[in-house]
Amino acid sequence: MIGLSHFLALSAILFGCGAATILTKRNAIGILMGVELILNAANVNLVAFNLYNWAGEAVAQGAAPAVDGLMFAMFIIVLAAAEAAIALAIFLNFYNHFSTIDIERARMLRG
Amino acid sequence: MLLAQQSQTLEPVAPWLFYLFAGVAVLGALGVVLSQQIVRMAVFLLFTLGSVAFLYFFLEAEFLAAIQLIVYVGGTLILIIFGVMLTSKNPFVRLTVPVPQRLLGWGIGLALALMTGFLGVKYVASQGADGRDSQSLLADAPHDSQSLIADAPHDSQSLIVGVQGAEHYGVADLGRNLLGKYALPLELAGVLLLVVMIGAAYIAKGRHADFEEGGAQP
Repeated sequence: MIGLSHFLALSAILFGCGAATILTKRNAIGILMGVELILNAANVNLVAFNLYNWAGEAVAQGAAPAVDGLMFAMFIIVLAAAEAAIALAIFLNFYNHFSTIDIERARMLRG
Repeated sequence: MLLAQQSQTLEPVAPWLFYLFAGVAVLGALGVVLSQQIVRMAVFLLFTLGSVAFLYFFLEAEFLAAIQLIVYVGGTLILIIFGVMLTSKNPFVRLTVPVPQRLLGWGIGLALALMTGFLGVKYVASQGADGRDSQSLLADAPHDSQSLIADAPHDSQSLIVGVQGAEHYGVADLGRNLLGKYALPLELAGVLLLVVMIGAAYIAKGRHADFEEGGAQP
């Protein structure tokens, strides 16, 4: 009933929603939320593949169950938190300059 | 064949629980896409992140579920809401995108989701044909112990079923990997967090103000 394909489908839907969020928002914090959705989709994929396809092989060879996917997911969570902090600092600076959070107004680097 | 073996996964309560949490996650993600108000988007994102944390329980990643709840829901989302509060005079301000661009963005997102989902389902189908054979071949490789060969499919089976699994991984395995195989990435993550803390404080300080006004920080 609930197999690997269910989690893959859920992750695909989350990834599509994150990509659409990034593409359709003018608020910079909304784009950051889209990035968080995409990272969550990747995490779901990593954890599901680790359980269904990766941990069993190590057990079949007599070793302890492999947790590499979980480790990758943990590091992705750390990176997501760091990325959110830096991005919000940049947005605060941007708001101090332009008095808005609209990314359409960020034209200073445009030629 | 693999799907038939995985059909015993997460018995007996899990199927409707999985659909419940997956449905909440998908509805939250759709709400993030479709809502135009940033505070509502944050609340929808809260539902999605919480549901994904509960789905980690179904994948036997209890520690990761706790980390997801603490770091994402308790840390990142609060940070985002603080950002919303600090960067708008009116938190319900609407910054709308023209309708053609919005439809184009939704279409691209839908296409990406369909592509990823199709690839995933195709991978599962192909692996159901020959992936199990390669795994049994992998279990056949050590010829010295006959009992290992006999027991190996059963062990991986019980791990996949995961309910009575004697070898389902816990926090101890995570800790051994974190301090053994992944010690260098762990240290790098610590250095990264230090750099991020200093850098975020430096960037958000607003250094254009104190140059002109002699350090008088608003």
